[in-house]
Amino acid sequence: MSMIKHGLAALVAGTISVSLALPAVAAPTKFDFWFGLSGDLERVVQTLCKNFNESQKDYEVVCTSQGNYDATLQNTIAAFRAGKQPTVVQVYDVGTATMMLSGAYKPADKLMEENGYKIDYSDYFPGIARYYATSKGEMLSFPFNSSTALMYWNKDAFAKIGKTEAPKTWEDVGADLKALKDAGYDCPMAINISGNESWQLMEQFSAIHNQPIATKNNGYDGLDARLEVNKTKFVQYVGDLKKWYDEGLIKIKSKDLGQDMVQSFASGTCEVILSSVGDHGTVGKTKKEGLNWDVAELPTYAGTERKNSLVGGASLWVLSGKSPEEYKGAAAFLNFIHDPKTALFWSTNTGYIPVTKSGFDYMKANGFYDKAPFKGRETAIASLTASEPTDITRGVRLGNFTQIRAEFGTQMQAIFANKVSVQEGIDTLVKNGDAILDRFQQTYPNKTLP
Amino acid sequence: MEKRVTFSKWTVGILFAVPQLLLIFTFFYWPAGQAVYWSLTLQQPWGGGNIWVGLDNFRSILSSADYWNSITVSLVFAAISTGIVMFVALVLAALTDRQLTGSRFYRVVLIWPYGIAAPALALAFRFILAPEAGFMAVVNQAWPGFWDPGLDGVDAMASIIAAFSWKYIGYNFIFFLAAFQAIPRSLIEASAMDGAGVIRRFWDIQFPLITPTIFFLLVINITESFQDSFGIVDIMTSGGPANATNLMVYKIYSDGFKGLDYSGAAAQSIILMLLIIVLTIFQFRFIERRVHYR
Repeated sequence: MSMIKHGLAALVAGTISVSLALPAVAAPTKFDFWFGLSGDLERVVQTLCKNFNESQKDYEVVCTSQGNYDATLQNTIAAFRAGKQPTVVQVYDVGTATMMLSGAYKPADKLMEENGYKIDYSDYFPGIARYYATSKGEMLSFPFNSSTALMYWNKDAFAKIGKTEAPKTWEDVGADLKALKDAGYDCPMAINISGNESWQLMEQFSAIHNQPIATKNNGYDGLDARLEVNKTKFVQYVGDLKKWYDEGLIKIKSKDLGQDMVQSFASGTCEVILSSVGDHGTVGKTKKEGLNWDVAELPTYAGTERKNSLVGGASLWVLSGKSPEEYKGAAAFLNFIHDPKTALFWSTNTGYIPVTKSGFDYMKANGFYDKAPFKGRETAIASLTASEPTDITRGVRLGNFTQIRAEFGTQMQAIFANKVSVQEGIDTLVKNGDAILDRFQQTYPNKTLP
Repeated sequence: MEKRVTFSKWTVGILFAVPQLLLIFTFFYWPAGQAVYWSLTLQQPWGGGNIWVGLDNFRSILSSADYWNSITVSLVFAAISTGIVMFVALVLAALTDRQLTGSRFYRVVLIWPYGIAAPALALAFRFILAPEAGFMAVVNQAWPGFWDPGLDGVDAMASIIAAFSWKYIGYNFIFFLAAFQAIPRSLIEASAMDGAGVIRRFWDIQFPLITPTIFFLLVINITESFQDSFGIVDIMTSGGPANATNLMVYKIYSDGFKGLDYSGAAAQSIILMLLIIVLTIFQFRFIERRVHYR
């Protein structure tokens, strides 16, 4: 018994001395950052975190990859419901509407102001800032990894048909694909039709052509927005893609079939793809020896006045319910990421583009875009800034948009498998998509988007 | 006066049952109750509140053509894969039980597939069945366009059935083999001496004696095909093309976790639970009559 008593006494004494000793050490304030990138990109984020931790002594960010964007959002919600949420979290573009209604965040602009950081929000490219800002223009989150869609084209193949430039209109694309086929190319263009490709095939296409995806300015003006892609130029576009597919000018390439779209281009199997600028690095690194390629802005239909394309990627949200010290750390971290030097580091190591004009200028001044492998990526900036964002090229702000994208994939598959006609398929997409939006609106009664 | 310590039987019984009851309550009744509650409300994903909507979730699910499609493909998947699994496993077990050359080797090897996690085997099957790169590429070379799980729903369904069956044949095999080996050798030998051939012995002696095992496996296979198919679908087809492989369990996942529609997913899981209960009751009510327990 006495031994236990002594032991306890020692334990208590030890605890007291440890707790007394603690303040003297002044350990840095730790806070969590959850993100959704994996593989090579995960390593780059971890390096970024290390750089931040080494740049100052007051805060330490603990960065954890959750594997992908979906899982990051799911895990964050689960953690938030249990009161164990991270301080900073990366949420993908289409999760923005869900985040805005969650009531679970601390507005990024307020956070920076409270902690004494001055951020010039007009420095962000408008096409990027508007995607994440409220309808009044306040920034609730910080744009982080950003990209847009481009057309990748094989210069040698086009040289064979006497072209030295990428086609600018879809009419030209049709003629060029035919010429490529006649010149003996088996797969002139590759596409994929899963939910993910909603981004380049539906969202980017609609923005560039200034066509709405949904009413109420793509959802920015209210939760009662409903889809209307069955009445826009998008129908004609899908019709053309289907026609070219039937004529053998377009092949479907996906991982499930053996070779994905980007691999099919990098290996020289297919001559044209539409993909994210984020794949610029991948194509450069994995291309077949001697592949002569370039990127161009996505084509438009003849007679269209080109508008800005949409940003893709994710932004950083600061969650509510954290201590003032953690918020200070988060603000310092966001300020660090905002720095043009970080933009250069980030874009050099990934395919993502800088999100601020100062970051872009800094990179240009450093000669980033002058030579391979980075040459060509400035096309993405040109595409994003092709015009001032209009009311419908600000972005897409629809609830549960992930499910609408999945529905896009389902209906495209039905169309390409000849189960339904183009118009029927897109009508069903609108009908099922509206049911999803209906449900989202019911879940948030009496709430409005900020 | 009695000196023995006595307990009322009732208290002791309850005391012994408490740990088990607690476990069942924590891991089954509580979540199931929560799911029922969620299915009757509209839950905001971030926990900001919920609204009571009664049976609205069930109404909207049952009026959706996609959901009925999901039920149909689930039943097709369950019927075909259970049929294939049980037939192949039965034949393999019967052959192994006959002590043919190498049967000891097969006895070990045939169990392995069950030990492989569903996503891992799905990944393997995705490579094997890829129309441009895998084994099926050879077939496609001979008959262009023959195999296309990316656009042809039937091909995609065949792929997930193949992967699921491959895994569960091992599981069924263990049970069948054990059942065969429990049959007294003397019975088989006696009938052999009476002149009954292999097939005759199988139908008249072995098959009737293993009906309890067959029944048990039928119930388990159907239940598992509704539940354990998730990993395979997720990796191989993601429910596509055009919802052709969107099994009920996968739809629950994609609506609930990807679509953040927790209430709709909860209602779907209640329906799935009821469906499995009904199927199981049906099997016990009508098929078990034909089972001979010893």
